[in-house]
Amino acid sequence: MEGRPVAVIECPEEIPCNPCETACPQGAIQIGNPITRRPRLDAARCTGCGLCVAACPGLAIFLVKEEADTAEVTFPYEFLPLPQVGDVVTAVGREGQPLGAARVVAVRQVRTSDGTWLVTLAVPRALSSEVRGMRRL
Amino acid sequence: MRVEEHPILGPLPKTETVWIEVDGKKIPARAGEPIAAALLAAGIRVFRTTHRRGEPRGPFCAVGRCTDCVMTVDGVPNVRTCVTPVREGMKIETQRGLGRWPELK
Amino acid sequence: MAGAEVTEVAVVGGGPAGLSAALAARQAGAKVIVVDENAAPGGQLRKQIHKFFGSKEHHAGRRGFRIAEELVAACREQGVELWTDTLAYGIFDHTLGIVRGGTASTLAARSIVLATGASENALAFPGCTLPGVMGAGAAQTFINLHRVLPGRRALIVGAGNVGLIITYQLLQAGAEVLGVVEAAPRIGGYAVHAAKIRRAGVPIYTRHTVLNAAGHGELEEVTIAALDENGWPIAGSERTFAIDLLCLAVGLTPLTELAWQAGCLFEYCGPLGGHVPLHSEDMETTVPGLFVAGDMAGVEEASTALEEGRLAGLAAAAYAGYRSPNLEEEKAAARERLQALRSGPFGEGRYLAHEEIVRRWLKWRDAR
Repeated sequence: MEGRPVAVIECPEEIPCNPCETACPQGAIQIGNPITRRPRLDAARCTGCGLCVAACPGLAIFLVKEEADTAEVTFPYEFLPLPQVGDVVTAVGREGQPLGAARVVAVRQVRTSDGTWLVTLAVPRALSSEVRGMRRL
Repeated sequence: MRVEEHPILGPLPKTETVWIEVDGKKIPARAGEPIAAALLAAGIRVFRTTHRRGEPRGPFCAVGRCTDCVMTVDGVPNVRTCVTPVREGMKIETQRGLGRWPELK
Repeated sequence: MAGAEVTEVAVVGGGPAGLSAALAARQAGAKVIVVDENAAPGGQLRKQIHKFFGSKEHHAGRRGFRIAEELVAACREQGVELWTDTLAYGIFDHTLGIVRGGTASTLAARSIVLATGASENALAFPGCTLPGVMGAGAAQTFINLHRVLPGRRALIVGAGNVGLIITYQLLQAGAEVLGVVEAAPRIGGYAVHAAKIRRAGVPIYTRHTVLNAAGHGELEEVTIAALDENGWPIAGSERTFAIDLLCLAVGLTPLTELAWQAGCLFEYCGPLGGHVPLHSEDMETTVPGLFVAGDMAGVEEASTALEEGRLAGLAAAAYAGYRSPNLEEEKAAARERLQALRSGPFGEGRYLAHEEIVRRWLKWRDAR
């Protein structure tokens, strides 16, 4: 999936929840019946719009865009103060461990946000599957 | 220790300030909030001391069930401060033990 | 004592279960009064700022306090009377003893729904009574409802969903959370809730317990220790944190006083938080015309409380003489939504527990 952002869903348990499926305008996320089934993503249909990222109550969906050497990772963010585009922040992994400095390339809200921001960091491609957040400012 | 800004709830809504008196000291409170919230915001954490051992107690449940936060309010002991709203000029005292009711006339 | 009041359906508790019951009963045509001891209706939904799980029908993806606002607005619009600052202290046949705005009176009804919720459990250890040790839900009430931080540096006990969610919300309110302590070998709550706080840098200490809390007059430090396979603290593993807030998220117990007083039959049910009143599929207790819903009928979640409330409200209205034209369809739909929330590895235990409670109720009915 080079060159465009695609959702990465990290939802490991069978919990009764399907807002990601409802939020996706492309029908790219499927849960079906029963709603405890884990979401399956049809990556070919994902446009990287981010509606599912903000809709997920578990904050378990990310967007990853990979280029030749670099990548962009988008994650939901619900803390203050908000980072600004151009800021250099500390990217963190799933355990909150620092993974180096990263530049903020986007901070936005979408229709499903209701307070949830989507923050995008530019990171080395090698870290695209490691970076999942940033240290709070 | 007010939560002035909040990522989901937004800035602290403006409300009228009412003044209450705690052990003789005036502190500000937000109109309509429970006494316990005003006290915690002012950094007051000990609400009463126990009957036998004089041990300190503060809010535990904050929903009116546990009675750990009771104080003497306007002379009436055992008032649950977590569910009793502040009023202008309210006189609140740290309660010692079971508290004392005002003399009956 | 002020004059006695009469209504068709009375609901005790204006949280998700009570408001949902009131709305359903009102929509069926009954005159409904909700009594709630708080200054505003909405119950614990008002402090829930996270987005709900479930499906669209369960308000999934919406934040709890917004669901509360909508429910209250719908109740008002439909003509449900909401009596706040009204404490129900007793139940005498079909009459509630109440104190409204400081004045004692009574409220008689053809049917009554008890939706009184649950209270947080405590945990005993040296220093557990120090000011600064409080229920996790209490801390949540202070930060989200009253906008006060009850402490700046916190430790949480219990890695169920409540402990994990409140950890996250304390961070959102600007507190520092040094860790979550869990005696079990595994995290009890959803992995996605745990992942949120881990990304935020909060460690989760499984197989650990609180040894003691200490401080001069108020909480200043807490010592935790690792547990061996028999649950005993391992010498040398102690670790002390300088904190001013210790939140206990160690479960809830149904608030059932009124149901006991009314003479309902009970059953002890661990997965539902303690003694719960036997009830039918329609949420009717063993006292005719007395219904239950929400956490007081077995501790679960706000989303299940909404559905149980709907069932109880429909049945209470029918008992009062207002049969909804689509009663059976509406009940079937609510049950289906409930079952969806009680499915999967996290919900199954609660599903089976509720089934058992209903089976016992049927047994009681058949023996009559």
